[in-house]
Parts: sequence; structure tokens; C-alpha cells
Amino acid sequence: MKIAIVDYGAGNLPSVERALRGLGAETERAAEPAQVAGARAIVLPGVGHFGAFVAGLRERNLTAPLRTAYKSGVPILGICLGLQAMFSSSEEAPNDSGLEFFPEKVTALPTNVKSPHIGWNQLRRVRESRLLQGVPEGAYFYFAHSFAAPGEAPAMVAACDHGVSFAAVIEQENLFGVQFHPEKSGETGARVLRNFLESL
Amino acid sequence: MPLARRIIPCLDVDAGRVVKGVEFTGLRDMGDPAELGARYNREGADELVVLDISASFQGRATFLETIRRVAEQLNIPLTAGGGIRTMEEGRAVLLAGADKVTVNTAAVQRPELISELSQQFGAQAVVLSLDVKSGNGSWEAYVRGGRQATGRDAADWAAEAVERGAGEILLTSIDRDGTRSGFDCEVTAKIAATVPVPVIASGGASTFEDFLAVFTHGCADAALAASIFHLETHSIAALKKFLAERGVPVRQSR
Repeated sequence: MKIAIVDYGAGNLPSVERALRGLGAETERAAEPAQVAGARAIVLPGVGHFGAFVAGLRERNLTAPLRTAYKSGVPILGICLGLQAMFSSSEEAPNDSGLEFFPEKVTALPTNVKSPHIGWNQLRRVRESRLLQGVPEGAYFYFAHSFAAPGEAPAMVAACDHGVSFAAVIEQENLFGVQFHPEKSGETGARVLRNFLESL
Repeated sequence: MPLARRIIPCLDVDAGRVVKGVEFTGLRDMGDPAELGARYNREGADELVVLDISASFQGRATFLETIRRVAEQLNIPLTAGGGIRTMEEGRAVLLAGADKVTVNTAAVQRPELISELSQQFGAQAVVLSLDVKSGNGSWEAYVRGGRQATGRDAADWAAEAVERGAGEILLTSIDRDGTRSGFDCEVTAKIAATVPVPVIASGGASTFEDFLAVFTHGCADAALAASIFHLETHSIAALKKFLAERGVPVRQSR
């Protein structure tokens, strides 16, 4: 069975796909419910707007199979907007619901710092992490976002600070999420993806 | 935990080759974009910018192919642009593998282009390329590769572009570009203080001290240069070491 990279219509699929294949993973782009339902692991990449993301999932009837996959223990990795979509909602699209794997709400970064938060930043670890195994303290990751999940989320294993403390890495049971782009974060990013693949 | 200041090599591309403008004599070939991109990726560049300097209609397909070839070599972000006139052209650049697209002349003529791209792809994917020239204590925005004045104050235009959804400003000083006399820290600091988004300084880079100055006095979030890296005048690693020793936060490879 392959790793399904969810294709909701506007994501940066090729770079995520290239990074995973470079690590030896077999992947397929999943735009059909059956592909999500039959996957051994799922990657939710995402760039752009929260509303467009959840609408893209809805239009392709992917929301229900993603929820089922979560409940049946299939490992899911959300990247950037993909992490945000795992939460209940976002200030970016107040009338849309996310996948609701986590009850917290995604909020805008504060206005006292530059936003979007674009560039390489470091993490602050709050507990043991599977994704960050072997990643040196102080390693930099590439971020590009204006909204973020709260730094108090119980699933958070590492935070990042940019005007506010927000969830940079989340892990809970079969759910994984990174606010940065591992596929754009050089060798350290590749290590995070390899850790995800090795956890399968 | 401060955001690292970025060092960004720039590839000016014409007909599928990296070129460098040489005064009075035209263009000089600097190599294959995919090979140079792979080298900078390996050497610790924080991002790569690829600009289509021919920006001709006929050259568009070649440029998209160049983006594809370069993107395949990278595990760092890629910004691409040059002559982007429509939403469709912007989309094609992103689909070819760029993470961000730059807009310049067409956005001055029709600012809605910025809003459209930003709504579709997010502010983090839209970079305003702002070419400026100084005069009487202020700076004016120029278009068409720095050849045509717009009559618009650079800071005003930057503010409008950000209001419309640009997530970053690539600021080039036409006065300094190609002169090797250092970045224009004054205009960089002015634009950085005007807009709430990151500013990439460009034009005039020559020495390590120029980079230090634009990050400290110029308040730049990133600094871009082309020929000093192509000609291997400076290695990215040595530049970052120099900056780190002087208190500038940079991402250093281990």
C-alpha cells in the first residue's frame, strides 16, 4: 500500500512528493475517497487559504474518509495548512469547519511582528517527539504562514515563537503535524519526513 | 529564537541559461540554472530566486521548463518571476515548482493582480518586486526592468501592494545594482519600517560588510545577490560565519 498525498486542488504537491520519494517512499496523489480510505498513511500538504483547503476536501468528498482514517489509526501527517486543517476552525475562514481532530482554533499571528512569518526559525521542544528524533537542538526549519495553532494545544510537542508562541509540531497517537515545510527545510526537514516514514 | 536572516542567491535567466548583464557588451553566460541551483542548495543558501530577464512571450515555455529543472534540485524555497502579467502566468510559475511568484510591471498597471494571486495562493506566495531610484530624498518605483518611471512613491506603492496581499517585498536599488558599492540601507530601512511584511534587499552587494550593514542599519530580513556568488567571490558558508560572529542570526549548516 502506498502513502496517499491528498490532492485538494491547490497544494504544493510536487515538492512534497519529490521529498518523500527521495526517501524511498511509494506515494500516490489522492483526489478520490477510495484512495484515502485505502492508504497506509496519509500526508496532507497545504498552502494558501484555510477556506479553499476545506472546500477542496469537501468538494472531493475527502472529509469523511479522512475522519475515518484518523479513527481507525492510519498515520496522518499535516504540513503547514494541512496541520491547521486538523483543528476545529480558523480565523482565516470563520464560517468553515476544519477536520476537527483537535478542538482548538487556529488564529492569526499578532500584528506586532512581521506577518506572514516567512523564513527559517528554531523550535522550542516541550516534550519527547517522534518526528524530531535525531534533529539537533537549534536546528532551523522553513516557515511561511500568517495563521497558527495555539501554543497551548495539548498535542503540541514543539513550539515556535514569532510574536506569540504557536504549535510548530504536534503529535498525538496517529496524528502528526508540522507548521513548517519539511520539504523545504534542507537536510533537517528530510530527517523529519524520514522519522515519519520510519514510524509507519 | 529570532528568525534567521536569509542569504538568497539570484539567477537571472535568459533562454534557459544563467546570465549576467555586462555594461555595453550585453550578456555573459554564467552557467546552467539547475547546476547552479543545486550548488547553492548544497552550500547553504536559504532560498533561491530565479528571474526571467528576457520575459518575452516566446521565452515563457522555456522559463517554466527552467523552473521545473531548478525546483527538482532544491530542498529550500524557490521564488520565480519576471514579466508575470496575469493570474494564469502566475499560476503556471507556481505549478512548475516555485513556492512564490514575483510581480512587478503588470502589478503597477493593474494592482488587482496582487489581490487575485494572493486570494488564490495566499500572501506567502506573492512577492512584490520593487525597483527603486532615489531623487530629492525620496524613492520612486520603476518598472520595465528599471527603465520606466512610474511617478509613484516607492513606500506608498509598497504599502498598497501589501494591503492588497503581497506577503514579501523584493526591493532592488537601481542606483546600486551592478555597482558593487553596497546595498542601499537607507531605502531598505525605510521600506522595512513602512510595511509589516519581510523585505529582501537587492542591488550593490560586494563585501561581507555590505551584508552586515543591510541586516543591521537596513533592517532587511533577507539579502539577495547574484554575481558575487556565481563568480565564487564569496562562499555562502563564509558569509554566514562572518555574520554569526557579529551577532546576526543566520542558519548555518552543520
